[in-house]
Amino acid sequence: MSHIIQIANLYKSFGKTKVLQGIDLNFEESKISVVLGPNGSGKTTLIKSILGMVIPESGSIKVMGTEIQNQWAYRENISYLPQIANFPANLTVQELVNMITDLRGKAARDESELINDFGLGPFMKIRLTNLSGGTKQKVNILLAFMYDSPILMLDEPTNGLDPVALIRLKALINRKKAEGRSFLITTHIMQLVEELADEIVFILEGLVYFKGTVTSLKKTFDEPDIEKAIAKILLKNNVV
Amino acid sequence: MNRPNGYSGIWGLQMGLLLLMTFYSFFCAAGTVKVDQNGKVKTIQEALAMSGSGDTILVYGGNYSEGTILIDKPLTLIGIDRPIIDGHDRDSDIIIIASDSVTLEGFTIQNAGTSYIKDLAGIRVRRKNNFVIRNNHLINTMFGIYLEKANDGKIVDNQVIGQAIEEVSSGNGIHAWYCKNLFISGNTIVSHRDGIYFEFVESSQLVDNISRNNLRYGLHFMFSNNDEYTNNLFEKNGAGVAVMFSKNINMYQNTFANNWGSASYGLLLKEIYDARIEENIFDGNTMGIKVDGSTRVTYHNNSFENNGWAIKFVGGSYDNKINNNNFISNSFDLVLESARNNNTINGNYWSSYTGYDLDKNGIGDIPFRPVKLFSYIVSRTPESMVLLRSLFIDIIDFSERVRPMFTPENVMDHAPLMNKVVY
Amino acid sequence: MLKILKYSFFDLIRSKWSYVYFLFYLVISSSLLYLSGDISKVIISLMNIILILVPLIASIFGVMYYYNSREFTELLLAQPIKRTNIFLGQYIGLAVSLSSSLLFGLGIPFLIYGIFRSAEIWNFIILIVTGVFLTFIFSAISFLVALKNENRLKGFGIVIFLWMFMAIIYDGLFLLSLIVFKEYPLETISLTLSMLNPIDLSRILILLKLDISALMGYTGAVFRKFFGTDTGLLLSTLILVMWTVLPVWAIVRVSGRKNF
Repeated sequence: MSHIIQIANLYKSFGKTKVLQGIDLNFEESKISVVLGPNGSGKTTLIKSILGMVIPESGSIKVMGTEIQNQWAYRENISYLPQIANFPANLTVQELVNMITDLRGKAARDESELINDFGLGPFMKIRLTNLSGGTKQKVNILLAFMYDSPILMLDEPTNGLDPVALIRLKALINRKKAEGRSFLITTHIMQLVEELADEIVFILEGLVYFKGTVTSLKKTFDEPDIEKAIAKILLKNNVV
Repeated sequence: MNRPNGYSGIWGLQMGLLLLMTFYSFFCAAGTVKVDQNGKVKTIQEALAMSGSGDTILVYGGNYSEGTILIDKPLTLIGIDRPIIDGHDRDSDIIIIASDSVTLEGFTIQNAGTSYIKDLAGIRVRRKNNFVIRNNHLINTMFGIYLEKANDGKIVDNQVIGQAIEEVSSGNGIHAWYCKNLFISGNTIVSHRDGIYFEFVESSQLVDNISRNNLRYGLHFMFSNNDEYTNNLFEKNGAGVAVMFSKNINMYQNTFANNWGSASYGLLLKEIYDARIEENIFDGNTMGIKVDGSTRVTYHNNSFENNGWAIKFVGGSYDNKINNNNFISNSFDLVLESARNNNTINGNYWSSYTGYDLDKNGIGDIPFRPVKLFSYIVSRTPESMVLLRSLFIDIIDFSERVRPMFTPENVMDHAPLMNKVVY
Repeated sequence: MLKILKYSFFDLIRSKWSYVYFLFYLVISSSLLYLSGDISKVIISLMNIILILVPLIASIFGVMYYYNSREFTELLLAQPIKRTNIFLGQYIGLAVSLSSSLLFGLGIPFLIYGIFRSAEIWNFIILIVTGVFLTFIFSAISFLVALKNENRLKGFGIVIFLWMFMAIIYDGLFLLSLIVFKEYPLETISLTLSMLNPIDLSRILILLKLDISALMGYTGAVFRKFFGTDTGLLLSTLILVMWTVLPVWAIVRVSGRKNF
């Protein structure tokens, strides 16, 4: 089993706050890995480090075998769905899609299918500033999935989604996984973790506290569901 | 300025001469002597010796080098095909007019030499009257035309081209000392110390001359009264015109342009009385007019454009009238210490005036103060010039204008015009 | 980078502020031309406006655009694009769109008025060129300030202060020090001080055209060399270019190290 992302000994602090304190972590190919952890535990910083948006103090990150420091071309293989969906206000959805296509220099693959699935058709000519939060999130999903990248990193993908869209999203993730894509997801929705995760990574205070399947998490902490298992980790470490 | 075209002038002259000669050959051929290097009479000196009063000497084209030529009879010398009289830098005058009623025209007179002791001249007129010097080219002659106590002369359409490099070893283009009733018109004077120099010259007129690239002044009056200069162009001289210690000088319709430098002025006035300065154009000079003592002088209908300072008064000036002038895009319009000396400033157009005219009578409703605080700062700390037109300077100028503290409160134009003066 | 530039530029020129900015210059220059009818006088009035307003507007637009496009920037950062290119592209897009508002806002009325047949054409060109330089310089400075300060209020405060300092306070201190130290040779110092402030520098570039006859009234040799020959023009332009390049270089450095 090959590792699509390898992280070794990663350190990062913002001022006096130590956010990542020596993370060693490998993500496997064609799996859905869910990163869990309380707010401020370093999830987003970890994802942004992989994207090169945060520059770590030390440690190494390899994406598909190549060291990413000062590189940018590797991002061709990554699609990212950011937590806060905010776009250039004066563009229409169509223009944004065209722009990203233009910037990536590569035609989108599943564009029309995604537009159909998420009911974005009527919104394509509307300026982004006039869209509701839910619709913006759908646009976000469209942008993340339309390239069919080998790696998809989704930061809170279910934010503001209606049930129909949620079901479609889950189906989409599963289908893509079946096609061999690798996922790295953060979320607070435990049901989603239960349904999707092949692997759970629990991060606390910049360190990996647990890495394993849902079943092994439950087993390790002898709890019937994830929530309780996590609560146990937190209590054990006097975080709460 | 309308000048006769040189070519047609010479052609007309030749036609006239042809007729004249035909007439002479029938009746009184004896009055004309022809000098031609291929003819019977080969030198001008020979011709002068054999001719009598009132005769005409025609000198044909060629190069004549005969030392100093002394004309001591009332004669008319006419060059045909512009003969050259060459001094070969022998450091002596080339032509001396030593008789009344001499006419000299159509020659090129060149190379008098250079001297630190003697004043060498291309043409010298000494204590004689009624001379006409017309259509000659004077090239590299130190002093071009030198008049000493010579009256009632005409100097017309000459070109006086010098090679002045430094003031001490150079002369003036046209130099007049103790003269009366001169008429100087249509001359072009280039690269001398002063283009035209008047010292103790009375009742004379300067019209349509061009004076350019002279080291010191384009035109210089010293102790000269009752003279008038009109429609001349003064350009790129050390300073355009200097009028010093003189009375009743009229200056009309002249152009003073592009005199740049720390001691460069379009017009410099020093201790003068009762002058009229009207309808002149001062354009692009460091100082349009620098006035060091002027009394009862009228500044009327002049245009000051793009000068560093339009008019700067230093020293005591009394009873001057600055009315109906255009002040356009000058860095500083006026520097005047005080209006207590009975000077009036009225009805001028100031491009920096920002007032309004609600009653639409063409006169601004609020008075204009042409003296800026910044001009005082610059006169004390010249380096501050680099701050010209900065917002900070505009602010202090504005506050000074609203409530004068450093600039004279009473120097103002009570009837600033909304539109340019047209005359 | 060109693609980012293109998108930033089109994003900006479609915002209402670009229209307001363009219309402002259009209205001001056409009304000045209409009211005074004297091109040289209008150019002088516009000079005052440009020297003060262009840096202010470029500063405000710079921080505003940076902060408002923060999320968009993050979107771009996740794309396979070189970091430096994102920021340079955005910066140039901003500076170009502001410059085109200036260029067209002033250019159209002057063109209609017949500037190409006027003797003032060079003064007008100098005016536009300095306006464009100032736009590039001050949008770079404000971009840099915004990059360094996450806090919007602080970023705004700093650029407004910088503007006020360079537009007014600097000249006040400058004049004061000239008056205090007037016993000393001040030629080189006063020229150097003017070079250190891009607004003063642009003003000098304009003075070289409009007030050369006054500048030549000063006796000092350094001044005469500077203003009397092409030295002044060349040196001023060169330093303006440096003033543009320096903050852009800083943008590249700071953005390369920044965490988002």
